[in-house]
Amino acid sequence: MLSDVKDPTDTKQPQESPKKRKSPFSRRGFLQGLGVTSGVLTTGVLEQEAEAAATAGPVAGPGEVPITLTINGKPMKVSVEPRMTLLDTLRGKLDHTGAKRVCDRGTCGACTVILNGKVAYACTILAIDAQGKQIQTIEGLSSSGKPHPISQAFVNNDAQQCGYCTPGMVMAAKGLLDRNPHPTEEQVKKGMSGNLCRCGTYMGIRKAVVEASKGNVVARGVDHA
Amino acid sequence: MPDYSWPPMDKRRVMGKRISRVDGIAKASGKAKYNSDLNPNDLLYAVLLTSPHAHAKITAINTSEAEKMQGVTAVRVINGAGKEVQWVGHEVALVAATSETIARDAARLIKVEYQVMPHLVHEQDLSKASGRTRPAGEVTTGDPEKAFQEADAVSEGQYGIPVITHCCLEPHGCVISFDGRKATFFPSTQNVSGMNADLAKGIGIPVTDIHTHQDHMGGGFGSKFPTELWHIEAAQLSKASGGRPVKMFLDRRQELLIAGNRPSVFSKIKVAGTKDGTLTAWQSQTWATGGIGGGGLNADQMPYVFRNVANRKINHTAVSLNTGGSRAWRAPNNPQLSYITCCALDDLAAKLKMDALDFYLKNVNLTARPETYRYQLERGAEIINWRKLAHLRGEGGSGVMRRGLGIGVNMWGGLGHDSKCRATINSDGSVEVALGTQDLGVGCRTAVQQVAAESFGLPFESVKVLIGDNQLPVSGASGGSTTIGGVSVSTRKATLNAVNKLFEKVAPALGTEADKLEAVDGRIQVKGNPAKALTWKAACSKLGPDKIEEMGENVSRNAAREGLITQGAAGVQMADVSVDIETGVVKLNKLVAVQDCGLVVNPKMTESQIYGACIMSICGALMEERVADQMTGQVLNADMEFYKLAGIGDIGDIVVDLDLRPEMDKRGIIGIGEPCAIGGVAAIANAVANAIGARVDMVPVTPNRVLAAMGTIGKRSA
Repeated sequence: MLSDVKDPTDTKQPQESPKKRKSPFSRRGFLQGLGVTSGVLTTGVLEQEAEAAATAGPVAGPGEVPITLTINGKPMKVSVEPRMTLLDTLRGKLDHTGAKRVCDRGTCGACTVILNGKVAYACTILAIDAQGKQIQTIEGLSSSGKPHPISQAFVNNDAQQCGYCTPGMVMAAKGLLDRNPHPTEEQVKKGMSGNLCRCGTYMGIRKAVVEASKGNVVARGVDHA
Repeated sequence: MPDYSWPPMDKRRVMGKRISRVDGIAKASGKAKYNSDLNPNDLLYAVLLTSPHAHAKITAINTSEAEKMQGVTAVRVINGAGKEVQWVGHEVALVAATSETIARDAARLIKVEYQVMPHLVHEQDLSKASGRTRPAGEVTTGDPEKAFQEADAVSEGQYGIPVITHCCLEPHGCVISFDGRKATFFPSTQNVSGMNADLAKGIGIPVTDIHTHQDHMGGGFGSKFPTELWHIEAAQLSKASGGRPVKMFLDRRQELLIAGNRPSVFSKIKVAGTKDGTLTAWQSQTWATGGIGGGGLNADQMPYVFRNVANRKINHTAVSLNTGGSRAWRAPNNPQLSYITCCALDDLAAKLKMDALDFYLKNVNLTARPETYRYQLERGAEIINWRKLAHLRGEGGSGVMRRGLGIGVNMWGGLGHDSKCRATINSDGSVEVALGTQDLGVGCRTAVQQVAAESFGLPFESVKVLIGDNQLPVSGASGGSTTIGGVSVSTRKATLNAVNKLFEKVAPALGTEADKLEAVDGRIQVKGNPAKALTWKAACSKLGPDKIEEMGENVSRNAAREGLITQGAAGVQMADVSVDIETGVVKLNKLVAVQDCGLVVNPKMTESQIYGACIMSICGALMEERVADQMTGQVLNADMEFYKLAGIGDIGDIVVDLDLRPEMDKRGIIGIGEPCAIGGVAAIANAVANAIGARVDMVPVTPNRVLAAMGTIGKRSA
């Protein structure tokens, strides 16, 4: 499943039973992937989907349905169309805009959140499927008002430029360090490989994740080289 | 008038220090609000409908079903019946609705009938582009024909560098409210001060009735200067929806199709030299596309950097394609020129059985700055261990992994743009500088704060910086590596002008004249005499109910004369690669960037910017290519799965060497956002040729191209 593939070598991740796993090729993703310019292609697909839906038990939607999401430990009620991604729900309905919409296809990692302890791309998960799960977003990292050590390490090592990929990078680093608190540089490269940066901040990110893994991150307003 | 010159290197307290970026925590904690993050009350979402055809005439368009849909507030036809669309992604209509999903559904309900017309989306094979080309520059100097006849060696080659896209992570777009009289505009832009006039014209209101604001932006790289058609149309949707704010950002596919790209260059080049490695003649035929308008190239700039070669024959052709239009892309045309030049020179060196470094050193006299390039070539060679690792082309051993080294060069202007700054000193001692510039992520905000703190004689933290708003003093667009120079001068002048006013105010209390005072370490004191001083706070309290507000200005055309900033950056990139000749996979071991950068305001962020530029070069050399299909006219990789960018594990080691020698510092500030993004593509391409003993005829150097160059597999046609 695309949203889960962050570190294929990691065996410590809690495994969901195969039955619970859903196809990464969701109807929404498929339709959206075609783009609005290709409307002519969708008719047949919709008919097939409709037939499938008719035999598949209770149907949510197509209008908005009320759901409750557990975000950073707090239950939050929200109404969403069943086709809405967790990412769009977080950003557009709950004003949690740290996660960014960039590729919207599970490639770039700018929308990385932590779902039941595992890093996940919020753009590939439907909000209704995230019910009952612990959703951690970057907004939940610094609840005490003090920056999270990983965020601080990013600043200390200038691991960001435009910053649009940064919240996703920080969450990916959190996910990595949660399951492997002392990664080698090779493990950092592998663990962070699901996230892309266009400004090219990887050199700083390598240093930041290593610094964060050592603990005791202290704000460094200026380097004394 | 105050003396604006920079304090000497050893006297700077804030400038030149490795200060962490001031907006770093906001960005790294997700709190920074980009304009694409805004969720104002009553927000509407706009979705753009674009052409599925590379070339077609719109014969009919019907929006009635879309308009009837519940939740849709307005529909705008951008290109209606009778109009031609000239590329896939060409704008057709824009829909506003109460949710993005509704807007997307409604866009699908718009019925457009197209009469499909012939298209061309490939330029690599010039013979297939007949009727779509136009001559775009010719230069002849010296007597090239004679020079080629008399040369000891002549090398001929073909070198191609395809169209690549900007792929900004924050897409192009805006949130805009327009009630018919006034507009509030939150774009993602490199040009906060400069895009309002076109918007005003587009929606028919005075420019003074537009308020533009941007705190952060998610990448531009040259593609986010203009007022877009979508901005104007989104404003009209807002107006048609009772002035409700409209959020209009391109989706990822549209972003890669129509939000700009870098023109390609394909070339046939012949170069000649003497036995001792002196370049004597250059002949090039180049062609390029930047979309429907073709692709320009300054013919007179060839051969890049080594332009003073005596004999040149240059000819350039622009090819018009049915693809989205090009835009400025970090150092427009320079990476392409560097790539074709350095590859051709490298091939000549190989033909002469000469070490590439020796060849470049031999020819530095053909550049505008021989001493600088000689220093940089030698410095780079030292860092990458050239003398130990280098070998002649193809002599990289007989194993599966072949190692090679390569060189690329760069040059750039980087003179500061026009900029105005307002500095304020309040009676409680607080200070502020304000300018209508923007921080693209390069650390502009932090650098301005450093310059201001240095000039006020105050700690870094005590200065408040306001940027990102068109109601602040006008500052130039961030392009051409012109920002750091422009904002540093205007900030320096404004702050010193303000401090000078404060001197006038407090001089009587200190029993002296204003011109005898200085501002250092949070005090106003008689020059060199800390005993005769007022604390900054005490000095400011003498303002009573008043405050000091002073302006400072950089006028670009006068700037070099004034000496605070200058232009003309030079740099050298060297690459060390290993190529697996069985799979064709190229692994970058190391990329070294030696960069001339004048006076550096913040080395930490300067290095970051150069690291980033190097990584962009790695992407361009090994991964990035917009792939189009002539049969259907479609771009096949308008996404981030198949439009490849480097990840954290793909970049090897990067070494940045800032040339901080005092003689460089004395030149003043130079912008370096662009130069260091130029030479890396050539360096890597040449390192691969050095490793495998064959020239891969275009970048990105993908495994199949490596294997084809080595004759392991057949070449794929374009």
